[in-house]
Amino acid sequence: MRRETGDERRETGGTAAALLPSLVSLLPFLHPLRWLRQRIDAWVLARVHKRPGPIEVPRNRVYIVPTRFGWGFALMCIVMLAGAMNYSNSMAFALSFLLMGLGLVCMHHTHANLVHVQLRAGRVRPIYAGEPAHFEIVVDNAASHVRYALAASWARETNAEPASDVPAQGFTSVNLSRIAPRRGWLEAGIFEISTEFPLGLFHAWTWAHLDMRCLVFPHPARPGVPPPLSAGSGGTAGAGRSGQDEFAGLRDYQRGDAMRSIHWKSLPKSGTPMVKLFSETVEQALWLNWDSAPGQDIEARLSQLARWILDADGEGRAYGLRLPGVNLAPGLGEMHRFECLKALALFGREK
Amino acid sequence: MIDYLPHRTLLRLLVVLMLVTAPHLPRLPLWESAAIALIVLWRAVASSRQWALPPQALKLALAIAAFVGVYASFGRITGQNAGVALLVLMVALKLTEMRSRRDVMVVMFLMYFLLVTHFLNSQEIWTIAYLFVSVIAITAVLVDAHHPGEPLPLRQSVHMGGRMIVHALPVMLLFFVLFPRIPGPLWGLPNDAGPPRSGLSDSMSPGDISQLMLSSEVAFRVRFEGPAPSKDQQYWRGPVFSDFNGRTWRQSSADLLDRSPPTVEAIDPVRIRYELTLEPMRSRWLFALDVPDPRALPPDSRIERSGALVVDRLITERRLVRGVSAPRYRLDPVLDDEDRERTTFVPEESNPRTAELALQWRDGGMDDEAIVNAALRMFRDEPFFYTLEPPRLGRHAADEFLFDTRRGFCEHYSSAFAVLMREAGVPARVVTGYQGMEANDFGDYFVVRQSDAHAWNEVWLEGRGWIRIDPTAMVHPSRIEQSTLAVMESLSRRGEGLDEFQRLRYMLEDQWDAINARWNEWVLGYGPEMQARFLELFGLADTQRMLLALTIGVCGSLALIGLIAMRRSSPPRITERALLLWRDATRRLARFGYAQRPDEGPRDFVQRVIGREPELADPLGIVLDAYLRLRYAGESSAALERDFALALKRIRRPSAR
Repeated sequence: MRRETGDERRETGGTAAALLPSLVSLLPFLHPLRWLRQRIDAWVLARVHKRPGPIEVPRNRVYIVPTRFGWGFALMCIVMLAGAMNYSNSMAFALSFLLMGLGLVCMHHTHANLVHVQLRAGRVRPIYAGEPAHFEIVVDNAASHVRYALAASWARETNAEPASDVPAQGFTSVNLSRIAPRRGWLEAGIFEISTEFPLGLFHAWTWAHLDMRCLVFPHPARPGVPPPLSAGSGGTAGAGRSGQDEFAGLRDYQRGDAMRSIHWKSLPKSGTPMVKLFSETVEQALWLNWDSAPGQDIEARLSQLARWILDADGEGRAYGLRLPGVNLAPGLGEMHRFECLKALALFGREK
Repeated sequence: MIDYLPHRTLLRLLVVLMLVTAPHLPRLPLWESAAIALIVLWRAVASSRQWALPPQALKLALAIAAFVGVYASFGRITGQNAGVALLVLMVALKLTEMRSRRDVMVVMFLMYFLLVTHFLNSQEIWTIAYLFVSVIAITAVLVDAHHPGEPLPLRQSVHMGGRMIVHALPVMLLFFVLFPRIPGPLWGLPNDAGPPRSGLSDSMSPGDISQLMLSSEVAFRVRFEGPAPSKDQQYWRGPVFSDFNGRTWRQSSADLLDRSPPTVEAIDPVRIRYELTLEPMRSRWLFALDVPDPRALPPDSRIERSGALVVDRLITERRLVRGVSAPRYRLDPVLDDEDRERTTFVPEESNPRTAELALQWRDGGMDDEAIVNAALRMFRDEPFFYTLEPPRLGRHAADEFLFDTRRGFCEHYSSAFAVLMREAGVPARVVTGYQGMEANDFGDYFVVRQSDAHAWNEVWLEGRGWIRIDPTAMVHPSRIEQSTLAVMESLSRRGEGLDEFQRLRYMLEDQWDAINARWNEWVLGYGPEMQARFLELFGLADTQRMLLALTIGVCGSLALIGLIAMRRSSPPRITERALLLWRDATRRLARFGYAQRPDEGPRDFVQRVIGREPELADPLGIVLDAYLRLRYAGESSAALERDFALALKRIRRPSAR
């Protein structure tokens, strides 16, 4: 993504592009510490590999640096020590040494608060392009002591979600969200689990890359364009569900089927709920065609198809989907809608 | 108002703030204590009622008012007392703008810092308890502040704070013992540094010493190498006064400016070696036993022209002095004319009756020694009384004391004696310091208290130098006034008239003093000298070795603490045999890509693997069966475990077969 914008810039503004590398090469001199930190981060991040999980955070993958408050605390200790030396005051020596010890001990406690937690991928609900994708990360704590105040954020981004505790031998889930710009699969990417507990003097974190991705459906077009009359069998698509439908049989209940279409009489006999099928619904099914979607742009067409799918689903009408290379028979229900939208989302994306 | 801290956490913070400021309150002006209490109270209510924090202008006005108020009360805004007063007030004012994490952290750090200012005033043994209680309390609140959402239960946050402090203890001890101490101060002390203490002053006006003599505060403690000096040698030399203006005795500027030591000739080779732990009295005198040996002075000290042992800086911290004294000596056997003139000077037209008496003795053909003896005889035989409540004296103080009132204490006796001698032409001066000491039965040391403050005289005799004369000691014990006797007895803690209860009380006090003395010596007195001496026992005398030992020690103890902390976060050790074997089995399967999913029981998992890898059906079947029987059916048999272990070995990568 970044590479692309760089290329564009090089094409458009020659001077700006020529200046940029020279500015970047100045960074080590302007902010040597920040530059060094970036180099180290980049080096480490390049070595974080995607793994299916669960990932147990090992000792050598917990990084720890003092926070600005940690530096402040160190400065306070030094000032206190200087005062103790000046006044040759033994109790002041004792206090400054105790606080120095506290700072050092805090480092170990912060580190131990994070090490050996297990990270695994939680649920990820599909979303529409332009919406935030929520990645659920489950943090397992096998130890018999509580982990306090663990926070999650994307790698090298600061806006962390509020921190939460992980009970002893329990788990907690944290959510990370990211706006999905385009349809298709959105990879979770590298994220950070961090903690500053107990004293906020040190920031300990680990970077992990769980094999998790979010399915992003095309953004539905604005409502308004009605679906064209389907080219399939039957012609009276606009007639809706009026009149006495001809009973066509029963099929297994699927999640999302309307309550009123359940065949209650058969429930005690079969033990599983069945759904009534009417010939009209089947025959007058709506076929949503790639060819009938207006516009030339692939994305616009997919958006329109997504809108029609949602509309038909909302009205409770059976619908089928025809894309180049994809043919989904008419149907209803949550699973069917998901399959159709998934076909749209991955259209042209997977080999 | 949206607080960074939850209400309950904020209340805890306010309570801890009060704990940390409480020891300062008695030293602060009343208005300041009231202001601090008001701000804390307001903050608590503001948080619960969601009041808005004050506007910027008001906060600025409050800050300026704080500066003005401190300046009005102390006459300055720098220095130890005013500085601490200002700091306490600023911490309280910081509460009015505590809205972000940064502000909270600033308040926390300031609270740690307030603790240290307390030790400038008091380092008594109980302060170590106060230190730990306060540090644990502040740390607990700091832990609370970093816990999101609902505050932790009070017990738990205190437990966490306490645990961290306990872990920090070894590091603290290592640093305390091994961190190389350097002789202070680094940049000079404010002139009001140190706790306020009483002590001898550098001049003597009527009434100065009697104040001191009513105080049972410890002046110094002393331990002797070898036998303690006898009663008539227990004179601890302080400021020596040679200048007299008719009322006040002062140190002579000539003595102060002349930095050459006096001549001390020891009459015999006997030396008394002692270790004196001096309480900080904001003075420069080390109170050596009369008279310090100029060839064996304690480090950083010098001997003044007048024979007093001094240091150049005011003593504001407890100080260990290793002294050597010559009990039998000749001090300044030769007196030059200038000194003679100065030490025989008396103002014109003062004390005419004394002058007359002196002249009468001198005209009677008495030599210097005879005159001294005549004066002492006068104090002994005539009705002179010893009292701590003497009548006031007028312009001719010596006259009135010697001929009219004849009631007073050391100050009056030594002053009148010196005037009398000078009128007779005998060089004389007043020496102040301490006289006597009191053994502590629980430690092999002696205590010298402020009530032992004393003034005596020195007269210069040809061939013998300056000789100590104590005119007060001439007063017959029967002529000590009853009320004064009672006061002296209550201060002396010894004597026949004590009842059982008092004996017990003094015994406990002695014991407590012995503990304090040890505290002072080993903890508070642990400076460069003590450290060098102590670490020499371990062969760590030089700084380099100290630092090396410190580094090794701190790294070692931190590694240990790291291990302890890490153990807490490791999963509990599996001890059950079945679980261990099952873990082995899953590890073997994981090697070729089969991981048990969290939603999969052992049976489902094994069936899934067998479905893919039929060759493993046999060993996996045994493993599953054994695991389920051992773990869930409650069976326990060695044979079953052995089968389990054998079957485990047969789980191999299918392609390898």
